[in-house]
Amino acid sequence: MIELWFVIIAFLWTGYFVLEGFDFGVGLLAPLVSRNPGEQRQSLQTIGPVWDGNEVWLITAVGAMFAAFPAWYAGVFSSFYLPVTLVLVGLIVRGVGLEWRGKVNDPRWCDLGIVVGSALPAFLWGAIFADLLFDSVPAALLGGTFSLAVCALHGAVFLALKTTGPVRRRARVVAMAASGVAIPVAVAALSSLGTFPALAAMAALAAATALIWRRREGWAFAATAGAIVLSTLAVFMELRVRPFPGLTLAEAASGPYTLTMLSWIGLIALPFVLVYQGWTYWVFRKRVRVEGTLLTHG
Amino acid sequence: MDALDLARWQFGVTTVYHFLFVPLTIGLGIFVAGLQTAWHRTGKEHYLKLTKFFGKLFLINFAMGVVTGIVQEFQFGMNWSEYSTFVGDVFGAPLAMEALLAFFMESTFLGLWIFGWDRLPKKAHLACIWAAAIGSNLSAYFILAANAWMKHPVGYEVVDGKARMTDLWAVLTNSTAVAQVPHVIGAAFIVAGGFVLAVSGYWLLRTRAPMWRNAARAALVMTALAGAVVAGTGDMSARLMYEQQPMKLASAEGLEHDTAGAAFSLVPGIEIPKVLSFLSAHDPNATVQGTEDLQRRFEQQFGPGDYRPDQPVVFWSFRVMMGFGMATVGLSVLGLWLTRRRREFPRWLSRAMLLALPLPLLSVIAGWLLSEIGRQPWTVAGELLTASSVSPGVSLAEVATSLTIFTLLYGALAVAEVVLLARHVRKGVEEQAPTPAAAERREPSLMY
Repeated sequence: MIELWFVIIAFLWTGYFVLEGFDFGVGLLAPLVSRNPGEQRQSLQTIGPVWDGNEVWLITAVGAMFAAFPAWYAGVFSSFYLPVTLVLVGLIVRGVGLEWRGKVNDPRWCDLGIVVGSALPAFLWGAIFADLLFDSVPAALLGGTFSLAVCALHGAVFLALKTTGPVRRRARVVAMAASGVAIPVAVAALSSLGTFPALAAMAALAAATALIWRRREGWAFAATAGAIVLSTLAVFMELRVRPFPGLTLAEAASGPYTLTMLSWIGLIALPFVLVYQGWTYWVFRKRVRVEGTLLTHG
Repeated sequence: MDALDLARWQFGVTTVYHFLFVPLTIGLGIFVAGLQTAWHRTGKEHYLKLTKFFGKLFLINFAMGVVTGIVQEFQFGMNWSEYSTFVGDVFGAPLAMEALLAFFMESTFLGLWIFGWDRLPKKAHLACIWAAAIGSNLSAYFILAANAWMKHPVGYEVVDGKARMTDLWAVLTNSTAVAQVPHVIGAAFIVAGGFVLAVSGYWLLRTRAPMWRNAARAALVMTALAGAVVAGTGDMSARLMYEQQPMKLASAEGLEHDTAGAAFSLVPGIEIPKVLSFLSAHDPNATVQGTEDLQRRFEQQFGPGDYRPDQPVVFWSFRVMMGFGMATVGLSVLGLWLTRRRREFPRWLSRAMLLALPLPLLSVIAGWLLSEIGRQPWTVAGELLTASSVSPGVSLAEVATSLTIFTLLYGALAVAEVVLLARHVRKGVEEQAPTPAAAERREPSLMY
């Protein structure tokens, strides 16, 4: 039961990084791939309907940690106090920026909030997990750079996949540039783990670069998503042995009764969540054009 | 000043601030869903205009509720790690259930609603706003069940210095939660109803457009009905407080010594005989325990220490909660009577309706101060003291930094939110023209 809940939490974090990974990337790159307000709207509308739902993966992952491994939850968030504070600041200014930009006269403040608020968590989550594994500042900086670069690549590929016209062209160029950073950093960051998923993640990043070069945007997105899945898997394989300094999973875990109850609830609820979130992506499956970016509610 | 004090301030500041936005989300979501349903059923244009108008105000506010809510979830781990480790087994379950059963639904369907106006069939689009609105109400239930457990812990045992859940059903149907959930959700509907009343009042003073009359009447009904729920469940809460949290009750009444047939103190100096005993136990001669006698008994039971909460804060927040809440509900009942059978809204009533915005907000904030300060010095009644809940490894400087950051950020955002809401209220509905039909020929993105 303890193992199962560890796997569920790893799954939730993976879902979070894959999904919010691209919307961090889009938030970060929107000003870079857009030359005018119409294109800026076009870029941000690719994530408009889904980013909030993506963020709930984080809330669920953290809630599940609290419920299933209270001591782990308490240990991680109290020991990474200031980085987590900054993550929260990022999520606040970004969320407000995304929700408000269609409703203000001058969206520049919102756009600034979106960029800063995407960069902070994209960098800090990588730094926090790397520090949790290696407990060193250089490792944390490397981990942060890695997650920031991968989010940028993932987001650029998503933009290329979801837009048309100049934004799509620029997004492809930015994706190539981002992979130029992400691949060497990945080699440095993941080779220290040395496990199979870590190595496979590097291969997936290389594949993504080749695919975006050949304009196979859907497949390239699958490859960047795969790279994130594999690197998160690599991190959690390490955490399984030592989730937090001086703490084993069994010591951190809730009692069998709680875990059983949570399992039933998860078993019933999670399929519904996957179906309706999947449906959202299906409803908004079309590419976003500049003309089509009138925020219909904004 | 030590890290504990600052952590308490941070919890207070972030929670009170979060709860300025939550009630509006809970109540206004249902109100907007109701407006859209009315449009769907009658086809009347003004319902669509009102849906979009209040929908936009709802979304401006929703953003703040979400981002400040995330802070709450992390804060337990950051500032209260001893608490989290002690209670996670029990307290974490409703939190995880909130995310899984309520929060996913709320966020996902709200995204579909915002961007789905031209893309979804009308019925599916209407279902989306209902799913989102029901999601936020469900989310309130889980949070309040978790909160109620802190005041009246049930369905657990303490093993090796940690609370272990033994009965999830007991936690979810805790008597305190059963009284508190409808009480707080009802109060949220009063806040949202008051918000709609204030906005409609503003427009009724400027225009004779009948749609504002419709909106105001709907809000009057909502506020009056919610008022009945809040009064009824408030009575339940008072009786539960008498049994489960006598110290809070005594502090809220400023009652120092055990008293039979205790009087209800309206404000200091004005007392109504026997009413406190009657409210507490439904018996005018029942004995209500006083703070000083309770303090003596708690010292015998739990050892030396001060078991009294901050008396003036608890005393006055109780009065602000009751007074402002009842004033708002009274105004709506009066308003319903005065505007019955298509009578016009008198101008003084429209003006008075502007007060329905601040009064219920102050009332719910006071309600939380009463609820949370009233249970001090315990985080979990009888089990865990606040002083033993704080993170041992977090320094004063760290808490001071985050407290400063959150306070400044929240302050700036509050100004922005008020400006934004005010601007959109002033714009009115005319700018909310129906969306142009989506003449889009987008190519599917997954064609490769």
